[in-house]
Order: sequence, then C-alpha cells, then structure tokens
Amino acid sequence: MKYVLMFVDTEQFAADLAAMDEGERERAYGRVLQWFTDNADKITSHTHLMPPHTATTVRMEGGEPLVTDGPFVEGKEVISGFAEIDVANLDEALRLVKSWPACPLVEIRPITA
Amino acid sequence: MNTAATQAELARVVRDHAGRLAASLVTLIGDFSTAEDLVQDAIEAALEHWPHEGIPSNPDGWLYTVARRRGLDALKRHARYREKLALAAWPPQPVPDDRLRLIFTCCHPALPRTAQIALTLRVVCGLTTAQIARAFLIPETTVAQRITRAKRKISDAGIPYQIPDADELVARLSEVLSVVYLLFNEAYLSSTGEQAQSRDLADDAEFLATVLGTLMPNEPEVLGLLALIRLHRARAIARFTDAGEIVQLPDQDRTLWDQDAIIKATKLIARAAGFKRPGPYQLQAAIVAVHAEAPSWQDTDWEQILVLYTMLDGLAPSPVTKLHRAVALRYVSGSQTALSEVDSLADSLAGYHLWHATRAELLRDQGRAQEARAADQQALALTTNPAEQSLLRQRISWA
Repeated sequence: MKYVLMFVDTEQFAADLAAMDEGERERAYGRVLQWFTDNADKITSHTHLMPPHTATTVRMEGGEPLVTDGPFVEGKEVISGFAEIDVANLDEALRLVKSWPACPLVEIRPITA
Repeated sequence: MNTAATQAELARVVRDHAGRLAASLVTLIGDFSTAEDLVQDAIEAALEHWPHEGIPSNPDGWLYTVARRRGLDALKRHARYREKLALAAWPPQPVPDDRLRLIFTCCHPALPRTAQIALTLRVVCGLTTAQIARAFLIPETTVAQRITRAKRKISDAGIPYQIPDADELVARLSEVLSVVYLLFNEAYLSSTGEQAQSRDLADDAEFLATVLGTLMPNEPEVLGLLALIRLHRARAIARFTDAGEIVQLPDQDRTLWDQDAIIKATKLIARAAGFKRPGPYQLQAAIVAVHAEAPSWQDTDWEQILVLYTMLDGLAPSPVTKLHRAVALRYVSGSQTALSEVDSLADSLAGYHLWHATRAELLRDQGRAQEARAADQQALALTTNPAEQSLLRQRISWA
C-alpha cells in the first residue's frame, strides 16, 4: 500500500533547531539524510517545504478566488515536508515512522488506490 | 426457553464460536469487513432461531452454513470473495485457532478506544450491535457508527490482519490487555448490582482473557489479568445486598466467596511470577489475592499489600495507585500518616470521588467528624453510580 507521510514541525522543534550550534545542526540533518538512505527501498519520493511564511493560500469557496498570505491553517504546527512510501500495511508504515529522527509529529495517510 | 440460564447458554455458545468463525472467514475471504458482516448476519439468525428451535448440536457448522449462504447471496457483486466462499467447506481441516489475529486487529492502536471495545465485543465475542448498545446504555446508532467507521479504517488505512512482530508484541499486547481490562472495569467494578436482565460483559471480559491465556500461555501479564478478573469474580456475590446496596470489603460475608476459584487464580499468579517479568496486572492480581486469602478483614496482610502497591506505583506510577497505597499505609503506620499521604495527592485527585471518600474515612478515624462529613458530601457530588451514592448518603447521615 502507498502512504504519504506528512512531517509536521512545532514551534518548540523550530526553536530547538535554532538553538543548536552549527555542528549539532549538521548532525541533526545528517540523521535525517541517513534515515532517507536507510529506507530508500520503501520511499518512492520525498519533498521538503519552504517555511510557512512563504505560503500563499487561495480560497475558492464563494465567487471570486480569495488570495491570502500564509498557510491555510494558522497554527503552531505546520507541515514541513512529505514522503511517499510503499509498504505492505499500516504496521510497516508505523514501524518506519517510529524511527524518524526529526520533527515530533508525523501524519500517515493512505493514498487512494 | 427464555430463562436466564438458557440466555446465558446461548451467549456462551455464540461467544465460543463467533470469533472462530470470523477468524476463519477473514482468512478465507481476505476481507475483514465483509467477513464480519456475514458472521453478524449468522449470529442475528441464530438469536432468532435458537431460542425456540433449540441450540443445534454443531453450532459452529450451523453458523458457518448460514454465513456461507448469506455470503453467496450478498456477494454477487464481489466475484472474487464469492468464488472463495463457494469453494470452502466447514470445518476447513484441523482449524488452527486464528482468534489472536482477530483480537490484535480489533485492538489496533490506530483505532479509537471506544471502537476497539465495540469491535472486539462484536467480532471476537459475537455480540450484536443492539446488545453492545444496551450494555453500555448508548444508542444503537452510535455503536453501529463506531463499528462502521472502525471497519472502514481497517480496510482503507491498511490495518493488517496479523499478529504483530516480536519487537512490537509487548506494546501491542498491552493495548489488547487495556481493552479487556477496561471492558471488565466497565462491566464489573462500576456495576450497580441490578443488571440481572442485561448481558454481563464481565463474562465477555473473562472469556477474552481466557482465550488470550490459552493462545499466549507464556505472557505473564495475560495470566495476571486473567487471575485478576477471576479473583474479582470469585467474590462478586458478596459485593451487593439483595437490594443492590454495596457491601464494602470489611463487611463482606467471606463464606460466600468461591474459595476454589480463588485457589485456582492464585496458582495462575504463581505461574505468571515464574516468568520473572512482573507487570501491573500481575501485581494488581497479587494484591487482590492477598485480600481474597485473608480469612477476615482483621487478618489482612497489610504489609504485603503495602509492598505490592509500592512496587505497582514504581512500575506504573499513578495517583490512583498512590491513593490505594495510602489505604494500606493506614493499617501499617496509622491513619495520620495515611492522611498526609492522601492530602499530598489533592492536586491530581480532587475531582475523583474515591479520593474524597478515602479522606473522609481517615478524617473520621482521626475524630474530625465535621471535615469527614464534608469530604463525603464532595464524594457524593462526584459519583454517578447509584450504589455508591447510596453508600455515601448512609455514611453522611449516620456517621
């Protein structure tokens, strides 16, 4: 089954990352790269997003499209990236996610078959 | 054929066979939701026919035949399932007991707790949606919705039909045990004593723990939970008066307790302890066993209970455990020591009726009657259980 993992950053996580010195941050990024390398056989694609201040939202709910600045959900938790994985079932997806070394929230969603 | 005994027999037969049938059909058809619907149909048919036709000599074959016939009708559009079903015969050779997979799927952590409980009761114990609704005093549509959503999530999210891998087993098993324990608590510890006409979910909880104990005989926490449930049930008859009033442990008629069941449950605890992997259920069972073995309240081995509660709180720290520990402390070190221990839990337990009720008893013991009455009044305001309310009312007016 194919799933998308949505990686979610929190304010605390961003603050922790910002508080790291150069070397620590390098190592943190290194762990993420290593995770993608280790699981390359299950990950079909992955994308990291620019921070939320770069987001633009278009609402097309009533008549004219409404363009606004920022992500559509304003909140302390923001999606920072995606990965598409191809595994047997939810348990395998859970196993993979439990070894994720970075941001503290990951949502797992199956992809429409 | 409508006496309580035949009802219980009917429930037992359905429970013994429904889960096995569901497990076989899921394996056979390969689709959890479809298989479950067929089993539910067969159970509904059994509950309709058996009360006046009598329970057939081979209930499993009967249920299977109905499920299969319905399946062949209902699955016209699903050629794939239909084909598998058409080729199948019952019983499919020496049947391995597949219910463990079923239980792990129903109690998957990706499902909400309420759905885990409803699904386990329906799929593993063979309860109908209506029976579950009556037992929990919630509308049938609510139960139906929980089950529909859970089944949809199982198939759409790819929740597997399998026993978890070894490295996941401990965590996943503890999820299963929580479901069984909650079910038991709901049915037994918070029961009101006046539910003779409704289904006794404590039977189902014990049944599930027994199945788990048979299928996972080397998991000490499974044995611990099974012993805990049996020890409570061995003493159930002494818990209420005929009028449905609670009889507290010190006042219970211990000659009513089922000594044979207590001895057997104690052996189960000893067997679990042999694995040298202590856990919260084993410790709770051991505590209940100390009470169950005491010939009278005065002869209770409080030091042993205190040690067990201290271990339990070390293993799974919780304010409620600390409250129970404080009760044991009262009999080991006196009510003053116990009271200061209880008072130190105010921040976390001020909304819990038993915290106030325990405090009331200790205050009364200290001769602080007025404060005791106030504490009982707060406890009364916080409980909705009628039997507990009546006990507290008595205390407030008498003491």
